[in-house]
Amino acid sequence: MNRLLILFLMVALMVGCGDGKKPKDVADNQEVAVESQNEEKVAFPIYDFEGLEPLLHKEDDQTYIINFWATWCKPCLEELPHFERVREEQKDNNVKVILVSLDMPHMWKSRLEAYVKNKRIRSEVVILDDPKQNEWIPKVDEDWGGGIPATLIYNKEKRQFFEKGFTYEELNEALNKFTK
Amino acid sequence: MKTKRIFGFFALLLIFGASFAMGISAAKDHIVDDGYEIGDVAADFSLKNVDGKMVSLSDYANAKGFLVIFTCNTCPYAKAYEDRIIALDKKYKSQGVPVIAINPNTKSGDGFAEMQERAKEKGFTYPYLHDEGQKVYPQYGATKTPHVFLLEKTQKGNVVRYIGAIDDNYQDASQVDEKFVENAVEALLAGKEINPNTTKAIGCGIK
Repeated sequence: MNRLLILFLMVALMVGCGDGKKPKDVADNQEVAVESQNEEKVAFPIYDFEGLEPLLHKEDDQTYIINFWATWCKPCLEELPHFERVREEQKDNNVKVILVSLDMPHMWKSRLEAYVKNKRIRSEVVILDDPKQNEWIPKVDEDWGGGIPATLIYNKEKRQFFEKGFTYEELNEALNKFTK
Repeated sequence: MKTKRIFGFFALLLIFGASFAMGISAAKDHIVDDGYEIGDVAADFSLKNVDGKMVSLSDYANAKGFLVIFTCNTCPYAKAYEDRIIALDKKYKSQGVPVIAINPNTKSGDGFAEMQERAKEKGFTYPYLHDEGQKVYPQYGATKTPHVFLLEKTQKGNVVRYIGAIDDNYQDASQVDEKFVENAVEALLAGKEINPNTTKAIGCGIK
């Protein structure tokens, strides 16, 4: 049953990708060229949801803090130092922080890269670039309405999703349930 | 026998505890999710438009419904949808379902003067209302911009028929597969069931 489902999803995806790209190539070659040039130069991996999903389901011995953010989201930037601090404090405790940026393509170089560099962010940063939000938002968490900041904390035993910003204390409190 | 009973007692305790914990988290979620659900009657409001006049839903005697859209000047997602919101208003105002845009933000960039400027610059064809005191958006349960509420005018009031995103591709209007709001309005006008009646999208939290 599972295999069938996976097969179906793969086929659906292949069909989906084919459909999605063709008209764009035809419609505006120039724009596509500019976009792919941008992608080459960006310092972080760029995923669609299919590419990101394995990072949300690792089954090793680590606890993962997956934070969804963007440079245009003020409350996200306010809580970012807490994630950085917790990463530093908990790195020997098998805790890994991944910052999933939802910045738009035209912001990747000018804003995202600049911000990460200026603030000397040391957590892993990846970009999620997948406009089909109504499809992937519920796959992160059924109850997520799509607001950011939002954070998923999980390990191989349990997972919890938060559609809110954290203070340093709240983040530790949430994390303690996973690491103790 | 005795151990079994003790075990049973603990199992019961565990279930009780778990349901209690779930109750708490559900209650917490509810605070975030508070607001209208599909089928609820939406309250009217009286908010100041960029032209200085007050606007209420009751002003529209001949409307069949409304596209109440929480949007703003500053959010990149809201900006990406500005032209599509204008197109929605142009298409459906004449059919009795006008756009009523509400800016729920109060922070810099979203002040009343800045709203007036943006409305003029883009040539908004619909009212762009300032949610002064931020009283309306929590009532609706808007959490981000843009956030659409399609209302149908009925005997018992303005009933919420659709909540969510405008379409399924914020980046590129030409790559949209599903026009959620258009489909919803078309279904409403045709007296058909709206499917899907809720959708999800990333948006900027309301400030």
